Amino acid sequence: MAEGKVDPVHQFTIEPLFGTDHWNIAGYNVAFTNSALWMAITAVVLMVFVAGGARRAVVPGRWQMAVEGFTGFVDNLLKSNIGESGRKYLPYIFSLFMFILFSNLLGLLPLALVGLHPFTATSHFTVTGVLAVMSFAIVLIVGFAKHGLHFFSLFVPHGTPVPMIPIIFPIELISFLVRPFSLGLRLFVAMMAGHVLLEVLSGFVISGTNAGVGIFFLAGVPSFLLMIGICALELLVAGIQAYVFALLTCVYLNDAENLH
Amino acid sequence: MDAESAKLLGAGLAAIGAGLASLGVGNVFAKFLEGALRNPGAADGQQGRLFIGFAAAELLGLLSFVVAMILIFVA
Repeated sequence: MAEGKVDPVHQFTIEPLFGTDHWNIAGYNVAFTNSALWMAITAVVLMVFVAGGARRAVVPGRWQMAVEGFTGFVDNLLKSNIGESGRKYLPYIFSLFMFILFSNLLGLLPLALVGLHPFTATSHFTVTGVLAVMSFAIVLIVGFAKHGLHFFSLFVPHGTPVPMIPIIFPIELISFLVRPFSLGLRLFVAMMAGHVLLEVLSGFVISGTNAGVGIFFLAGVPSFLLMIGICALELLVAGIQAYVFALLTCVYLNDAENLH
Repeated sequence: MDAESAKLLGAGLAAIGAGLASLGVGNVFAKFLEGALRNPGAADGQQGRLFIGFAAAELLGLLSFVVAMILIFVA
């Protein structure tokens, strides 16, 4: 049965589209790939969603309520984590949250039924890594601009006994420096693991169906039912991972903004 | 044992980490629910901390998945 095997990582292949694979800038390939296409689609869908709801009606309709629900949610997140001074980060956190949420959800759409191949842009460490480095850079810039070299006192918590400082300082420094790595890795792995799991289960369904009636009812049908459940779980994970990314960015910004 | 089968065995062993992380994630939500039922008024304000704990526990499980993927595809 080796020839009918489903390759679970083939869906993450990045390929140039529309014959742009020879586009070069200073020796670097800048082809318009399927990843770029789906990020552009995400941005367009996000802009249409927000623009369609920005009506300022006194009695909001459903669409306006949906957009106001999201902005209110992010505003509340910033207020409870940073306080009133966190309001100025609202545009960044809102864009970050909505972009991650929309690209997670768009990658789960069953568009393969009509022959298109949905691609989850956030299932690549290059994309999530850049988002994480962006958040981390804002933390560093705000921290050093606001507190100067006092920002280093972040690595020595209040009330640390003096003999403990040489031990605490490197530990806190390392835990601070792995933040962008863990932030990007979490989103990327959660998305990738979910898609691999779905693909493996669909492989079970396909080879179970091909292997005869007995195997079909023994393995194919339970795998298909499990797949439906995992799809629902993936919708939940898409929301939770976007929320966690925005939440952790807020927590890190709080360190820079309020410094203990 | 040749190197290829050792890689696959290591990737399989990494799945233990994912199982242990599931204990951790379950523990986070169980303790939150326990506390929330004792004091429902304070529960809504602590949801951010719930998800920070969830994210920290989950990350360690996801790292074991990364180890498995590296063993299969990279190493």
